[in-house]
Amino acid sequence: MIVEIGHFALVLAFALSLVLSVAPLVGARMGDARLMGLAEPAALSILALVALSFAALTVAYVQSDFSVANVWENSHSAKPMLYKITGVWGNHEGSMLLWVLILAAFAALVALFGGNLPATLRANVLAVQGMIAAAFLLFVLASSNPFERINPPPIEGQDLNPILQDIGLAIHPPLLYLGYVGFSICFSFAVAALIEGRIDAAWARWVRPWTLAAWAALTGGIAMGSYWAYYELGWGGYWFWDPVENASFLPWLSGTALLHSAIVMEKRSALKIWTVLLAILTFSLSLLGTFLVRSGVLTSVHAFATDPTRGIFILMILIAFIGGSLALFALRASSLTAGGVFHPISREGGLVLNNLFLTTAAATVLVGTLWPLIVESVSGEKISVGAPFFNMTFGPLILPLLLAVPFGPLLAWKRGDLYAASQRLFVAFGLSLAIALATFFIVDRVSVLAALGIAVAFWLVFGALTDLALKAGIGKVSPSVALRRFIGLPRSVFGTSLAHAGLGLTTLGIVAVSALEVERMAVMHPGDAMEVAGYELRFDGMFPFEGPNFTEEQGRFTYLDRSGRERGEIVSSKRFYPARQMPTTEAGIASRGFSQLYVALGDRAPDGGIVVRAWWKPQVLFIWIGCVVMMLGGAISLLDRRLRVGAPAARRARPARPFVEPAE
Amino acid sequence: MIVRWLVVIWLALGVAGAHAVLAPNEMLDDPALEARARALSAELRCMVCQNQSIDDSDAELARDLRVLVRERIAAGDSDDEVMNYVVSRYGEFVLLRPAFTMRNALLWGMPVILLVVGGAFLILSARRRRTAAAGLSDEEARKLDAILGRSD
Repeated sequence: MIVEIGHFALVLAFALSLVLSVAPLVGARMGDARLMGLAEPAALSILALVALSFAALTVAYVQSDFSVANVWENSHSAKPMLYKITGVWGNHEGSMLLWVLILAAFAALVALFGGNLPATLRANVLAVQGMIAAAFLLFVLASSNPFERINPPPIEGQDLNPILQDIGLAIHPPLLYLGYVGFSICFSFAVAALIEGRIDAAWARWVRPWTLAAWAALTGGIAMGSYWAYYELGWGGYWFWDPVENASFLPWLSGTALLHSAIVMEKRSALKIWTVLLAILTFSLSLLGTFLVRSGVLTSVHAFATDPTRGIFILMILIAFIGGSLALFALRASSLTAGGVFHPISREGGLVLNNLFLTTAAATVLVGTLWPLIVESVSGEKISVGAPFFNMTFGPLILPLLLAVPFGPLLAWKRGDLYAASQRLFVAFGLSLAIALATFFIVDRVSVLAALGIAVAFWLVFGALTDLALKAGIGKVSPSVALRRFIGLPRSVFGTSLAHAGLGLTTLGIVAVSALEVERMAVMHPGDAMEVAGYELRFDGMFPFEGPNFTEEQGRFTYLDRSGRERGEIVSSKRFYPARQMPTTEAGIASRGFSQLYVALGDRAPDGGIVVRAWWKPQVLFIWIGCVVMMLGGAISLLDRRLRVGAPAARRARPARPFVEPAE
Repeated sequence: MIVRWLVVIWLALGVAGAHAVLAPNEMLDDPALEARARALSAELRCMVCQNQSIDDSDAELARDLRVLVRERIAAGDSDDEVMNYVVSRYGEFVLLRPAFTMRNALLWGMPVILLVVGGAFLILSARRRRTAAAGLSDEEARKLDAILGRSD
């Protein structure tokens, strides 16, 4: 019964989303306040209904109701409760339901907190949001219904894919979807602006917090996915340039560009058309990612052709929204007036450079991801585009951007002084160079390239700190005044610095692991030891262990430092999940500072020993710490007074600055 | 859903599970040759996997290919010769980094084309903006004065 209520709520939500996509739009056209007024209750009701539907599915999972096909396919009565709940979105149907839930939640947020938006803009934004919701609700109902029953109900479920039975599934997809779907709001704002043919700085002030929130969530989601892959897949890789990863990385790249161009639009009223286009592109890439992942087109064009219903459905959604919004853009973009003028060497100029490199990087990753599909559909030949291609192209593209980052915040609006900015960055430059030299001479077998990479990482961190120090006036005013000024700095300044420093930390982790990683491999018997980067790894033996829904063979290791002192134990295991008849490996990881000792078990050797692979991953944790710092930067920037709800209205009262000023 | 789908696809292909990728008994005795073999392995795709190099995969076919690469290296082949040999047997599909050929020109050229076109566009529009904002010509200034004078 609960399941049917969930299904019914979803149908009702679909009907309401149709109302939401039409009524406010018509109302805004005709200036009918009553029709526009429908948007708010409709958006809130859709959220309530989708939430009810999601709750119903969750109840079915918690109760292990195997008469529901989706639960039977993806759950097991012996599964721990956490995985019963996370299993709701650990499958295609449930994850699409989560997608729609988050979409509905964003629409409801606009309805709730959009009180100070112009009435027609709000109506149009909600209408566009309603259209997206309608399309995806129809997709769920028509081709991915999670509420289908089976008769007779099986006694036991088929269990969730063991590799998904991890805390990662609780955090990674929801965060990732918050990011993906969060960009839908930017998209809706962009389309609404195009429908109205009017766009101003207030628009940017409204779009920026949504972009920031979505971007921060997506950053966290990608980082979480990366760490999950790192510890779960068993050979210590953190980024594989897999098409599915690229699908989430693409909106991140263009979202980062959007974040920066929206600043220019808000502060200087320039780059309007470009910002609108980026908002459309970013969500389009989110949709494309959903399509690539959901349609099966990635494995092969032919895999797509064998079961095309879902794929074609999403393809239609894709064409309708991307094509429709781009057509609207082509029609209306000229009605948006160009804004402030600036010199190429200026804050705006820096942000434009950022956009150039980020969009080029995004386009490169996009083409690389789609290239095998294109070649196969044109000539029928199968080719591969993998990590070596992306490392070779993405690296050189992103390096100039990393080098330029510290200059950006130090340049003045309209017309900056590159020479003065370089002078101010002199200390940061010297320090990073010194650290590079120190690594080169002290840490052995560091190549010049790695030392330079480390210099770039520290350049980013020190550059970000320099910006804060300069803005606080450290060294120019007395320490107490500087401290007061430091505390009084706008939150967005801290946000910028943290995000840029986080980027530096992530770079540091990536460079250190790529250049300094140590790998060892051996067949080990109990009592054997092997040396890994100065640590001695002693194999104590294999021990059986019984989990709630798996059996496990644990390989226990003790690691000792150079002086022969025991430092701790590492347990690396091979699991077997009887429900799915599937083995998994659980890597054993010990953290030493920010570095990790990573141990994975391989096959049994014929002589009774076991193949052990061990890695020393220096400073690896910085990869994800950097992402968390970036996320934190986004969150702190969100807390900026300017961006808080209600603040835009107060600021709009100020006399408008003249937008066009001579650059000379 | 990055990891989930990665994993699901691998599982569908029956290659997940124990990651006893490269086994110690496969390795070449000469560390220099072995290092070359590892580097080449990272560039070759495991044919039955989703986006995994033969170095990362524990599939039977990946193992065969690893052994093949080492055989060729031990036989004295250069890196290019090994790659050509593998491609001649398995086709371009094994290359994780597509060849520099005319067909892949757009793939490899994309970053450069975009940077050049985008950069040129930016420089041109910056020029245009500057001329547009350069102020009034003498004649325009005189006209403006005249208009302002009359309206006063």
